[in-house]
Amino acid sequence: MKKETKKALTRSLKDTLPILAGYLVLGIGFGFMLAKAGFATYWALIMSVTMYAGSMQYVGVGLIAEAVSVGYAVMMTVLVNIRHVFYGVSLIDKYRGTGWRKVYMMFALTDETYSLVSTTELPEGVDKKKYYFFVSVFDQFYWICGCCIGCFLGNFLDGFNSAGIEYAMTALFVCIFADQWITSGRKLITKRHISAVVGVASTLGSLIVCNMLGTEYFLIPSMIIILVALILLRPVLDRKGEKEDA
Amino acid sequence: MPENVTFNHTLLLILVIAAVTFLLRALPFLLFKGGKTPDIVKYLGKVMPPAVIGMLVIYCFKDITLTSYPYGLPAFIAAAAVVLLHIWRRNTLLSIGVGTALYMVLIQFVFK
Repeated sequence: MKKETKKALTRSLKDTLPILAGYLVLGIGFGFMLAKAGFATYWALIMSVTMYAGSMQYVGVGLIAEAVSVGYAVMMTVLVNIRHVFYGVSLIDKYRGTGWRKVYMMFALTDETYSLVSTTELPEGVDKKKYYFFVSVFDQFYWICGCCIGCFLGNFLDGFNSAGIEYAMTALFVCIFADQWITSGRKLITKRHISAVVGVASTLGSLIVCNMLGTEYFLIPSMIIILVALILLRPVLDRKGEKEDA
Repeated sequence: MPENVTFNHTLLLILVIAAVTFLLRALPFLLFKGGKTPDIVKYLGKVMPPAVIGMLVIYCFKDITLTSYPYGLPAFIAAAAVVLLHIWRRNTLLSIGVGTALYMVLIQFVFK
């Protein structure tokens, strides 16, 4: 093995250790939910290999347990995962020239993998393209392990009341939200704070109105309001004067 | 498997969700292969993520009923714990683990 490849391998193993821990917990939470909904462990394997999307798999348990229509599943997937479109935008240059590995790296672009490959500064002598690839592969491997362990335990562990374990997803998003809020810069109000408030307010408003109208599809109007609001706020949010805090 | 669910339909749903997820992740790479990324897309790529996370937080609380017992208290108390713990220790895994465990204790033993 070439020296640069070896360095990429060891470095990616070290950098993905926190993700190993996080994916085991979240994967086990997902597996438990899937088992509780009545599915065997091989379904956890199929889902974590083909879908490989944390929040979408949590939402997906409800979709497959209720045997929803294909159209509804497509719509929910677009709504929950549309944020991934914006991840790719900032990785176009980094992933350029990665050849056949690029197909897999695009497939494996989860929130956690994105946060690692988009922020890590690699020293000289590390094969960057292989590093991105190894990070993607290790992360999915951890995730598959977590999902299958959780589903297996959920199916065979009697006496453990797992009611409420699905809260891991809520906790994850609350945690990411809090993290973004804290790290959005020293200034009291940055554009990321405004954007976060736009997201919460639009969705809350949409949820309340749709509840009164008796419809469950509040995410679509919410998405539209967020898009329109962010485009309208562009003169305020896209000022060149403000320091990059993205 | 649950009674209302068939093997084929479940597999179909999973593959459809997988395909759509892959398309969404690959889309920017396919769209902006050669030339420059339009400014509006770059702008949205920067400001959109916090808004989407905010949306997903509210989405997680959508099934709470505020007008009857337990008034969403277990979910709100656990969320407050996640936020406070995260401000204090900044450890994602710890925040999620403790928050989830607290919620499980609350709905199983406290707000029965």
